[in-house]
Amino acid sequence: MKKLLTGNEAIARGAWEAGVNLASGYPGTPSTEILETLSKLYKDDVCCEWAPNEKVGFETAVGAAAAGARAMTTMKHVGLNVAADPLMTLAYIGTIGGFVAVVADDPGMNSSQNEQDTRQFARFAKVPVIEPADAAEAVTYTKEAFRISEEFSTPVIIKSTTTMSHSRSIAEVGDRVETGRTISFVKDPPKHVPIPAWARQMRVRLEERLEKLKAAASASPLNRIEWKSKKLGIVTAGVTYQFVREVFPEASILKLGWSFPFPDDLLLKFADECERVVFIEELEDFLEEHAKALGIKCCGKTLDGQPLVPNIGEMNVDVLRAVRSRLEQTDWFPFEKTETARPKAPVRPKIADLPPRPPVLCPGCPHRGIFYALGKFDVVVTGDIGCYTLGVAPPLSRLDTVTCMGAGVTMAHGMQRAGNDRKVVGVVGDSTFFHSGMTGLLDIAYNKGTSTIIVLDNRTTAMTGHQDNPGTGRTITGEETVEADIATIGRALGIRNVVEVAPRDIKHTTEVLKEAIESPEPWLIISKTPCPLAARKNPGLPLKVNTDKCRKCKLCLRLGCPAIEKDGEGVRVNSILCAGCKLCRQICPAQAFEDLNPGTENN
Amino acid sequence: MSENNISAEETKSLVLVGVGGQGILLASEIIARTIMASGYDVKMNEIHGMAQRGGSVVAQIRFGRDVASPLVPKHSARALVALEKIEVLRFVDYLADDGLAVVSDQEIIPVSASGGKIPYPALGEEDIRKVCPNLIYVHAIKLAEELGNARAANTILLGVMSNVLHFPEENWKESIRSCVKPKFVDVNIKAFEIGRAMK
Repeated sequence: MKKLLTGNEAIARGAWEAGVNLASGYPGTPSTEILETLSKLYKDDVCCEWAPNEKVGFETAVGAAAAGARAMTTMKHVGLNVAADPLMTLAYIGTIGGFVAVVADDPGMNSSQNEQDTRQFARFAKVPVIEPADAAEAVTYTKEAFRISEEFSTPVIIKSTTTMSHSRSIAEVGDRVETGRTISFVKDPPKHVPIPAWARQMRVRLEERLEKLKAAASASPLNRIEWKSKKLGIVTAGVTYQFVREVFPEASILKLGWSFPFPDDLLLKFADECERVVFIEELEDFLEEHAKALGIKCCGKTLDGQPLVPNIGEMNVDVLRAVRSRLEQTDWFPFEKTETARPKAPVRPKIADLPPRPPVLCPGCPHRGIFYALGKFDVVVTGDIGCYTLGVAPPLSRLDTVTCMGAGVTMAHGMQRAGNDRKVVGVVGDSTFFHSGMTGLLDIAYNKGTSTIIVLDNRTTAMTGHQDNPGTGRTITGEETVEADIATIGRALGIRNVVEVAPRDIKHTTEVLKEAIESPEPWLIISKTPCPLAARKNPGLPLKVNTDKCRKCKLCLRLGCPAIEKDGEGVRVNSILCAGCKLCRQICPAQAFEDLNPGTENN
Repeated sequence: MSENNISAEETKSLVLVGVGGQGILLASEIIARTIMASGYDVKMNEIHGMAQRGGSVVAQIRFGRDVASPLVPKHSARALVALEKIEVLRFVDYLADDGLAVVSDQEIIPVSASGGKIPYPALGEEDIRKVCPNLIYVHAIKLAEELGNARAANTILLGVMSNVLHFPEENWKESIRSCVKPKFVDVNIKAFEIGRAMK
């Protein structure tokens, strides 16, 4: 049966067909929908979990696989940094049931803080990496990843990318095949316990396994040569293959779907038969560097000292057309030049400058209240990863640093302990607090810090599309469960001043902030109000501007609310967008914000 | 099918643009299903920024006998559908020289414009026609409201665009039926017919 699937849906489908028993991960764009699909469509067959962070999700899957289950963990590329510890040692230990880590990279940084190339991690950990190029391959390669994992007793990484994960294409799907195994852990300490004596044996076996994997990769159907003209051979991997075959239809292609351990035999055979070899890889020169070490004469990231294939950003047809143009100007290009045959850029007049439309905090967002209130204080605000990162944008401009999850808490502490001349306030989300904020808060209490930490608890993992987390009281499948209480956790960690505020009450929020910021002790403020999008309920009914009362002071525009629009010298409310949060009414000195439809009840 | 007259190598491209929350993903899914039902290979991609609401959103669709890239190259789209008026200008580079622009007159003012630096430009149909000579400018919200549901505006625009694709009308309607909630099927079918009658 054929289905139109996104790459993420296809990976989930492949895992289900492979008989996966357990899947655990942490949400992160562009990986989130893999686990969402599994939990939505296949929860009767697969135990699915949102873990508090990637390390926990990874280790949960390690445990399942050690007992003979097929297990999967999912995360975005930076999530693998968090899960790197178990990855590096699991490579030594190996696995009983198939173990697959799906890691989705974000070249171009569409919604990430860096664009690290996960293939480097695969080489670092000495584990296989599989790179599908469309939904059809995602289904079959995921099944193959589990098979490889079990045959060679190794964890396997499936590397996706934003384009791969979020593009839909037609895939052939099949039935689920159970492993038929009993999930039963077999006691075998030399296999499962890397104390030095046994770890040294594992270390040797790891190298032996790599040699076997290298041979298997060269013979695998996941790596294939598409012969066309042998005057030019292009080596490529993952979704970049799709752009290569569109832009270089004359060339032979070595298409790698299993790129590490490097399939040396195949690389050498291809290079031997092609007159010239070009490597076209997204991000790093992972394959090219190795090919050069093998003695293959080739080019890729540079040609004759000049840049050829970019190592920054996403690949697409336009990027590769530019690569082709550069190649056409050298004697490396053996075909008819097509520069002139390409679609010409039409001449279009520029009629207006366009106001940018970057992502913004939504109308009714509870974070807006806290950032507006923070704007009244001369403090440094260390930020974290989530919707609230958008608090950095004007007009709120009330977030000063971002590094990674949890660093909103820890950087505040470090800055304060170093003697920063102004008070430091750290902000972190609810999901992010559970992910890696808790340990930072423990550090503040233990090491006598004085920072104010604000948990922006909107009762969901919002930015990735509203996933549940340990604080929401629901599991990934919507089952009720215990609700971790952030205030209680804060007190248990040793924070004495713990206060919950409703951030849409600007006056009270400001008073609490003032007390905390002036205090010589650490404070934990929990800014607790549900995300209206997740709750599917607006805080109130839309407002309007009474133009007779409006003094045109534009103070309300400092909220950065998409529903408040500049209208000539004054303002108006876009009633379709307005969520009725009434922050504007609280800050308007002229009481100009009135109910659009007075007397009606809130829905 | 034959009217599309697509050679084995050719891939055709469509682009939909708008603002997060306008329902662009549903619209692109209706197109993709129609293409699939008409017997073509199809790939599509949805690029959205970080925010749930308010950021620019782009959906790219490609179809043919064997589609490689899911992303639309510049200057190649047969049609560019803008659910918001100025977004057509932001993404006009996708459009082929003779490609059709289908533009809703709906305005959504971004926060950056209200903040003051660059105002929301006052542009009418004739201004946009200077940039996209092959233009169908649609008062989509007004027409949809007359049908009783402003959310059906997207389907009117799909109907307008459907004329450049030459797929059987029934395939479009079947996709609409399978993609929208049952209680909204009738209004969306009507909206599609209104759009399809516009040339």
